[in-house]
Amino acid sequence: MKGLMLGNEAVARGLYETGVRVVSSYPGTPSTEITEYACKYEEIYCEWAPNEKVACEVALGASIGGARAFCAMKHVGMNVAADPLFTASYTGVNAGLVIAVADDPGMHSSQNEQDSRHYAKSAKVPMLEPADSEECKRYTKLAYELSEQFDTPVLLRLSTRVSHSQSIIETEDRQELDLKEYKKDPTKYVMMPAYAKPKHVVVEERTKKLIEYAETADINTVEYNSLKVGVITAGIAYQYAKEALGDSASYLKLGMIHPLPVKLIKEFACKVDTLYIIEELDDVIETHCRKLGLEVIGKELFTYIGEYSQSLIREKMLGEKTSIQSFGEAVPMRPPVMCPGCPHRGLFYALNRLGVTVFGDIGCYTLGAAPPLAAMDTTICMGASISGLHGFNKARGEQSARNSVAVIGDSTFMHSGVTGLIDIAYNQGVSTILILDNSITGMTGHQQNPTTGFTIKGDPTARISIEKLCEAVGISRVRITDPNDVKNTLAIIKEELAVEEPSVIIARRPCALLKNVKHDKPLAINREKCRACRACFKIGCPSIRMQDGKASIDTTLCVGCGLCAGLCAFGAIGSEKEEQA
Amino acid sequence: MSFNNDVKSIMIVGVGGQGSLLASKLLGHVLVSEGYDAKVSEVHGMSQRGGSVVTYVKYGSKVYSPTIDPGEADYIIAFELLEAARYIPFLKKGGTIITSSQHIDPMPVITGAAAYPEDIAGKIKAMDINLVQIDALSLAKQAGNAKAVNVVLMGVLSKFLHFKSEIWSKAIIECVPAKFLEFNQKAFNIGANSSL
Repeated sequence: MKGLMLGNEAVARGLYETGVRVVSSYPGTPSTEITEYACKYEEIYCEWAPNEKVACEVALGASIGGARAFCAMKHVGMNVAADPLFTASYTGVNAGLVIAVADDPGMHSSQNEQDSRHYAKSAKVPMLEPADSEECKRYTKLAYELSEQFDTPVLLRLSTRVSHSQSIIETEDRQELDLKEYKKDPTKYVMMPAYAKPKHVVVEERTKKLIEYAETADINTVEYNSLKVGVITAGIAYQYAKEALGDSASYLKLGMIHPLPVKLIKEFACKVDTLYIIEELDDVIETHCRKLGLEVIGKELFTYIGEYSQSLIREKMLGEKTSIQSFGEAVPMRPPVMCPGCPHRGLFYALNRLGVTVFGDIGCYTLGAAPPLAAMDTTICMGASISGLHGFNKARGEQSARNSVAVIGDSTFMHSGVTGLIDIAYNQGVSTILILDNSITGMTGHQQNPTTGFTIKGDPTARISIEKLCEAVGISRVRITDPNDVKNTLAIIKEELAVEEPSVIIARRPCALLKNVKHDKPLAINREKCRACRACFKIGCPSIRMQDGKASIDTTLCVGCGLCAGLCAFGAIGSEKEEQA
Repeated sequence: MSFNNDVKSIMIVGVGGQGSLLASKLLGHVLVSEGYDAKVSEVHGMSQRGGSVVTYVKYGSKVYSPTIDPGEADYIIAFELLEAARYIPFLKKGGTIITSSQHIDPMPVITGAAAYPEDIAGKIKAMDINLVQIDALSLAKQAGNAKAVNVVLMGVLSKFLHFKSEIWSKAIIECVPAKFLEFNQKAFNIGANSSL
């Protein structure tokens, strides 16, 4: 079959075709769909792990067990998975092990812009980087061959524009592989000093062999055109360069970005007059070239920041600027917002009212930092709300603990929040933690997690009770509230802030976008009763706007959650029918 | 200057949740059926939550970059008027904007920090732009479902692209689940038969 396929789907197709049997991942934009698509193949066992470290270890275990295995994560997920990765580099594999890591230049949906190529270098494992969907599939399959040939995990580096662009690919059949024999071998798999020391030697030797491979690898391609300008590039940056410069430049496109070849690069450099390095984010290829003593133009011309584009390259290298027209007056920004009916809205309205310090976390609720709710002080990484608040309160004392909370979602709590809570319970903290349980992993597009009671395939499974888990780690005050009941939520938060012991408040209401959530009819505003006081605007609902001097509800957006009606002191908000009567 | 001059670029812009993914899926199916090289690029994740969203569709004999830069789009398909205005810099001089006349206030307008510009369509018409404005929401409701705005707009676009109507019909059947097929087919025909 030939057709358009998303880069992430093409990686999943590659997994299928190359006989992969086990996939374990934690969702993270832009990597999530790889695992979702892989899950559609019955031949592949797929799961959502609670975090990337667990996922990576599951995949490594499956590889040791003789099955080709895979794990996907976003760039910041690799920080979490780094621990097993660095030692998996020493153990090597039994059946092939590939770990996909998707970077997010431009930070479309991330908290930083780190360049995961550094992980390949520091963990000393090979890394391949495809530039379109066809390469996503082909490189995925090659990665398994390399993994088994060189006895190493292989990283597959993606980026937002490769993961989330569709281009044309042709599918092939699956190659069914027998489970490899598992042989007990402590010198390979028990990484204590006596066995790890010789393994480090093996790793360094392996890197030398991989450099040899890189010199002639057919995924490192040379395209000679005009020899005046040479470009060394990789991944999506190749597409931008090729579109901007066409045949006016020669290209060395590196499909393998760690380790980098030496002879191949030197040979290319010799043939061209001026050598440019075009790579998004950090100067990884450039540094390598400079180490080889080559004169190159790189980051002095191009930026470390954000995404590249064909026009950026045209402007920097050719001095060409496209003339454009614009609307001529300010176009208001349209930042992302919590959806109509979002259960986080009521909670953040309550926090805004209380004026407390809020340690935030990673998820849809990070949007609670934006006006008008504006009820968040920090967002660092998965889980940092709980542990960060504990540190904040240990530094600032009891008064601070009476005036601050942490907010964290159900999936993020499972990912790495519970360890922070254990720290609070164990170290006599008194912080108040709000767990925003919307029964799903929301931001990444509705993935199941250990608290939902369903597996990735939608099959019923053991459900972790958040309340029992909190009690088990030593929190005796665990309360539950419906965040749409603002009054009760406010009262409970106030009570828990006042007590001199740690507490957890579970704000429980399912995500409004879940298919099984039934919505009420849209609400309407009675124009005669409305005094235009703007009280209903304080919740930041996208379906409420000013129209002809009075508040008005967009019935195409409203899902009838009723939060706004509770805020109207004049009883102006009710069901559409009532208002028409 | 582009070295692959035969590449056409279409941007689909709107507010997260308006259904631009189905529109680009349909268009992608049509382009592949017509034998083009094509790339469709979209952004998932946080911006989908009611933010400004954009999908790039490019086709020709060979497409390299999946993204469209300012000054490169032949067409902008807008699900909402303010979004049509926002992406004008991406349009080629003399390019075409097909926009729904729907207004959705963004949060800075809701909070009173900014104002929704007046008479957007009138101001666009005064520029070097071919503007097609239709009430796609009413037409979608007429077809049986307000969510079919995306397919109404694809119907309008089909009048400009000159691909065979059978290819569009086939794409709709392939991309839309059977239970939603009828109103989407109606919506496409309403768009395709609308007078501009």
